[in-house]
Amino acid sequence: MPLRSLRQKVLPGFGLSLGCALVYLSLLILLPLSGLAFKASQLSLSEFWAIASGERALASYRVTFGASLLAALINAFFGLIVAWILVRYSFPGKRLIDSLVDLPFALPTAVAGITLATLYAGNGWIGRHLEPLGVKVAFSPLGIVVALTFIGLPFVVRTLQPVIEDIEPEIEEAAASLGASRLQTFLRVLLPALLPALLTGFTLAFSRSIGEYGSVIFIAGNMPLISEITPLLIISKLEQYDVVGATALAMVMLIISFVMLLAVNALQWWAANRHQAHAASAGERR
Amino acid sequence: MFQVIRQLLVALAAFLFAGLALAQSVSLLNVSYDVARDFYKDYNPMFQKHWKAVAGETIELKQSHAGSSKQVRAVADGLDADVVTMNQASDVDFLAEKGLVAKDYARKFPNNASPYTSTMVFIVRKGNPKALRDWSDVVKPGIQVVLPHPKNTGNGRYTYLAAWGYALRQPGGNDRTAQDFVSRLLKNAPLFAAGGRDATTTFMQRKIGDVLISFESEAELIAREFGKGEFEVVYPSLSILTEFPVAIVDKVVDKKGTRKQAQAYLDYLWSAAGQENAAQNYLRPRDAEILRRYAAQFPAIRTFTVDEVFGGWAKASSTHFKDGGSFDQIYQQK
Repeated sequence: MPLRSLRQKVLPGFGLSLGCALVYLSLLILLPLSGLAFKASQLSLSEFWAIASGERALASYRVTFGASLLAALINAFFGLIVAWILVRYSFPGKRLIDSLVDLPFALPTAVAGITLATLYAGNGWIGRHLEPLGVKVAFSPLGIVVALTFIGLPFVVRTLQPVIEDIEPEIEEAAASLGASRLQTFLRVLLPALLPALLTGFTLAFSRSIGEYGSVIFIAGNMPLISEITPLLIISKLEQYDVVGATALAMVMLIISFVMLLAVNALQWWAANRHQAHAASAGERR
Repeated sequence: MFQVIRQLLVALAAFLFAGLALAQSVSLLNVSYDVARDFYKDYNPMFQKHWKAVAGETIELKQSHAGSSKQVRAVADGLDADVVTMNQASDVDFLAEKGLVAKDYARKFPNNASPYTSTMVFIVRKGNPKALRDWSDVVKPGIQVVLPHPKNTGNGRYTYLAAWGYALRQPGGNDRTAQDFVSRLLKNAPLFAAGGRDATTTFMQRKIGDVLISFESEAELIAREFGKGEFEVVYPSLSILTEFPVAIVDKVVDKKGTRKQAQAYLDYLWSAAGQENAAQNYLRPRDAEILRRYAAQFPAIRTFTVDEVFGGWAKASSTHFKDGGSFDQIYQQK
């Protein structure tokens, strides 16, 4: 079976399109990244380690990855609800809400950062109600989470929407008629089907957040060891014309991100497989 | 077929000729820092008129504005700037190091190649409720100071060095007391703004902090934006003289053959008209006569330069802002 499918594809042009894809990816992604690695390789291992494990650098990894993770989790939860509402129900203003979701894609991130900082500052519309409760959002690590949640939302919603569209309402009705409670229907029937897409959306939102600079610096407060993100430290090094030091930090981010993305992809693959296996065994039983 | 080819050739020749004709009209690119926009918007038409009168040549002037170290990196990477007009010598030093600008660029023009100056001042709330008069008041416990990131922005670096220099010049001042003084200043900062304008917004619009430290010229922009009644400007007893060096990018003008025009463009900054324009943009002119005429807007203030106290920007950068410098030390002591 696999042999035959390798030899004669029904669709023509495999060789050509693979070649195009590889050249394109090499030019666009691999070339700049190898340039980065080459620049960083000008450092000896101990120098590299000294930069990568500096106190400010370590604190910035915690802030960057921690805030990105939190923001992506929030988006995974609320993004699912938004996507669900937009696909499954019709209500006045639905179109408007649907187009609102894309706004974080289109808005220049600096504008988003400045607006959010103004809203969440002590005298802002939202901040003025939070500050008396002792919650400081703008100019604290919490502000970073807010900014990253804002820019990450469309990734989750737009990944989930087509998948939810594919799940027919009849499946839910069938589950209900077989005696499943609403929670059971959601957990045992819907969630397994949605999980791969949810993980993809989560991953996209998360990786977008790690590299985000423009919106974060306006709301973070940028205090060393507390609310400095790694991209800020990279800019800091570039300001001192320390290009090699900057690439060292970039390499660290790249490696951590790559490992995390690989892990999430593995998880996604596992979830998709499990779902398919389930579906297949259910089919056999029928 | 031949006809098509011939037509194509004709079109190509016409295109090349048009390109040649375009290249003949002289144009200069001035790569500059972010907030110089207003200054050169007024200055460029003045120079165009002047150059038409003395050389009979129409000159096209293009401007590029962004964060100064970003701009300088672009020039080093091949942006064809005829002249650079910056807000910090370390940026031009970087180009000199790369061989694009003369090593002694600071002596190619008068006044350290800086046609105008400014200084760091305090902007406080109306009526100065916390009675902040000098740097020693600003570092008192409980005062909130707003300033841009001291390591990442030119504005913040000048503030940092101004406080350091002030502490050094106090009785018994040395590097240890200065570092202690600056660390008290930074401890009073609830945040580090992303840039000069961001610091202004944070202080004026979001009402955060008791004092904003910024360029004297920025205070005037705040007045235009928010009205004069909202704040007061306080001049400390001693501050830093901020210089704005200009330079010709040798490599580019030699290639383009625009040295004569570039030289004239920068020379004209020191003319009466150029100096007057600086004063109107709230930058202190070098010309003593014009400075006197605008004395009302430029109160006398004692200042020191980066060269005097820190032995130049290169040294200041490596002791204070490079990795493990005094800024990093302040945060790693805690």
